[in-house]
Amino acid sequence: MRLKTFKIGGVHPPENKITAHKAIESFPVPTLARVMLHQNLGVASVATVGKGDEVKVGQVIARQEGFISSSIHSPVSGIVTKIEECVDASGYRKPAIFIETKGDEWLEGIDTTSALVTEIKASKEEIIKKVTEMGIVGLGGATFPSQVKLMVPEGNKAEYIIINGVECEPYLTSDHRLMLERPHEIMIGVQLLMKASGASKALIGIEANKPDAIDLLTKVAQEYTNIEVYGLKVKYPQGGEKQLIKALTGREVPSGKLPISVGCIVNNVGTAFAVYEAVQKNKPLVERVVTITGKGLKEPGNFMVRIGTSIADLLAHCGYNAEHEAKIVSGGPMMGKAVTTPDIPMVKGTSGILVIEEGVERVAIEPCIRCGRCTRVCPMGLEPYLLAMASSKKMYDITEANAVMDCIECGSCHYICPAGRPLLDYVRLGKSETGKIMRSRKSVQ
Amino acid sequence: MSMLTISGSPHVHTDDSVQKIMRGVIISLIPAALVSFYFFGLPAIILTLVSILSCVAVEYLIQRFVMKEKPSVTDGSAALTGLLLAFNVPANLPIWMIVVGAIVSIGIAKMSFGGLGKNPFNPALVGRVFMLISFPVQMTSWPKPTELSMTLSDAVTGPTPLGLVSEGLKKGETMQTLMNQLPDYINLAMGNMGGSIGEVSAVALLLGGLFMLYKKIITWHIPVAFIGSALIFAGIMHLVNPDHYIDPLFHLITGGLMLGALYMATDMVTSPMSVTGMLIFGVGCGVITILIRLFGAYPEGVSFAILIMNAVVPLLNKAFKPGRFGVVKK
Repeated sequence: MRLKTFKIGGVHPPENKITAHKAIESFPVPTLARVMLHQNLGVASVATVGKGDEVKVGQVIARQEGFISSSIHSPVSGIVTKIEECVDASGYRKPAIFIETKGDEWLEGIDTTSALVTEIKASKEEIIKKVTEMGIVGLGGATFPSQVKLMVPEGNKAEYIIINGVECEPYLTSDHRLMLERPHEIMIGVQLLMKASGASKALIGIEANKPDAIDLLTKVAQEYTNIEVYGLKVKYPQGGEKQLIKALTGREVPSGKLPISVGCIVNNVGTAFAVYEAVQKNKPLVERVVTITGKGLKEPGNFMVRIGTSIADLLAHCGYNAEHEAKIVSGGPMMGKAVTTPDIPMVKGTSGILVIEEGVERVAIEPCIRCGRCTRVCPMGLEPYLLAMASSKKMYDITEANAVMDCIECGSCHYICPAGRPLLDYVRLGKSETGKIMRSRKSVQ
Repeated sequence: MSMLTISGSPHVHTDDSVQKIMRGVIISLIPAALVSFYFFGLPAIILTLVSILSCVAVEYLIQRFVMKEKPSVTDGSAALTGLLLAFNVPANLPIWMIVVGAIVSIGIAKMSFGGLGKNPFNPALVGRVFMLISFPVQMTSWPKPTELSMTLSDAVTGPTPLGLVSEGLKKGETMQTLMNQLPDYINLAMGNMGGSIGEVSAVALLLGGLFMLYKKIITWHIPVAFIGSALIFAGIMHLVNPDHYIDPLFHLITGGLMLGALYMATDMVTSPMSVTGMLIFGVGCGVITILIRLFGAYPEGVSFAILIMNAVVPLLNKAFKPGRFGVVKK
């Protein structure tokens, strides 16, 4: 089998998929759920419950506000004790709904059994409505509200649903396990996405380091029409949506444009699974699969966890030793966020928690030797050394002229730099400042 | 509970480092060094060691007492410059001259621009050209290779093969008589000829170059463009007039082409960043080398070619950017 891949740049960090063989375990319902009000890309949701309210699992507790937003459902049953600020993965304090758990009573009408519902009854509009109502967001990490992607803008046509089973981040295995354990649910989810968007074909991309998932999904896909599975060469950041579209279709999303401009809609396998549950089982997004991993953990694993569960509880379950000096990362090692405390709640976008005990501190920074490796590994064809230098000197005309806004923040440049220069730190700064300047210029015009 | 560390992503880093790169290059030069020590003996060993020590010492002293910053000689870049500087001079060069060369290489060509990564020109080549202009006699009297000589007495000197051909042709001798005075190509490729310490053995240098490619220290672009364009250019000239222009293979295995293409032109600091830039840089080096060799006043042109192209690097970096994702080339 010839493996597909993207053409420009890329790196190959050690994979360290130590939890690949660990089946998904159901994690106990937390005694206290803290549900962040800002769980998606875009506008935060607005609480619809108050202190003292009794809630059931799956009940709406915060509604969508604006177009790019999503609603939130209670992940537990119990009493709302307060709405107060709580530190999240970003390190900032943000409002959250605190719910004290009593039992585990689900809202009526939600099918919590594992019985497979294959027949698709919902119409195109009904699917989009369900996806909106059930609070589905992109589960790959970006948490973009899913219904927005499915509403194809006028003048565009969806040809392909691209399903991201790449999981190119080292350590993370939640998508891998989900593909192995719920292949049919994912396929039905893919069909729902195709129907909702009007796309006639779906392409599933999986990196070659998951041969079992490629084999299984290839076999299962034969039972469904117009779904194709492709093995991809192991290369980071293959799971970046632009890179994945390039790898699977050969098309390049133009700079500054969205995937739909080349007829593609990209969704993660986890999202496809969540869409299946929302439409076929009437189940809102109240739980997801998380990989808890790290070489220092006694029992790393993959878990189905309710939103609002404290990361500290998950870590304790996996044998995390709080005495060790460590860095705790929400997400994978390449793009994840280092958290300030393990006591943060799970959100819809939490795909994994990584505990790093070795190599906690960054390597010493040495002078740039102009080796050009950052330029050669950049998957967007940018020049990180130049962008970082210009950003550090506040030369934002240079960052703009050299397309800093194209940066997908994959971190390949910083990873590869032999001089240990924090290239992405500077590029991120340059991106944010350049973005501000560009937006203010636009508003003046 | 101990404190958690936070930082921006990514949270993993390649285990490669500047020090490892420099060490890798130095290791890859071992075969060439051994061949030179075999042919040029003790003087070559002493000169090489003095060159390395001088470069490291000059860098340390300047960082410590002039720039007042923490010395970073442990990164290995000064040692590498010292090694390459020695490789670019004849083995019987007076010791004090290599010390002057080291001061120029590190003091002027590297540290005066701010140290590692900031110098526009290859430090070892600046040192070499300075010595070539300042000490033209000593820099062009090449000891004849004598196997395993351990004496320090004055060695018999003679011209390099390139010098012999260049001078001979000017005097009106025919190519055939000149070729008869030279060792066969196998001996030349192995390094049995007059020349700078490190440049003589094309085979040993190629071995080191392959090691660097395998270890991904360098990419193929500059060496292939450099050597390829030099061979093609010399080949065309040879086809036009074989009596006047020697064949390209001779150009490849004599003089500093191999050392220059694999080690001097690939110096990361002074070569372009993008792949297109690297290819153009390599072709420029190759063409200028042959131009100087065939039409210039000097029999050898590798050092000048690389230094000239070093000067063009900022322009190449500006003009030849990598192809961006999602942007159609105009």
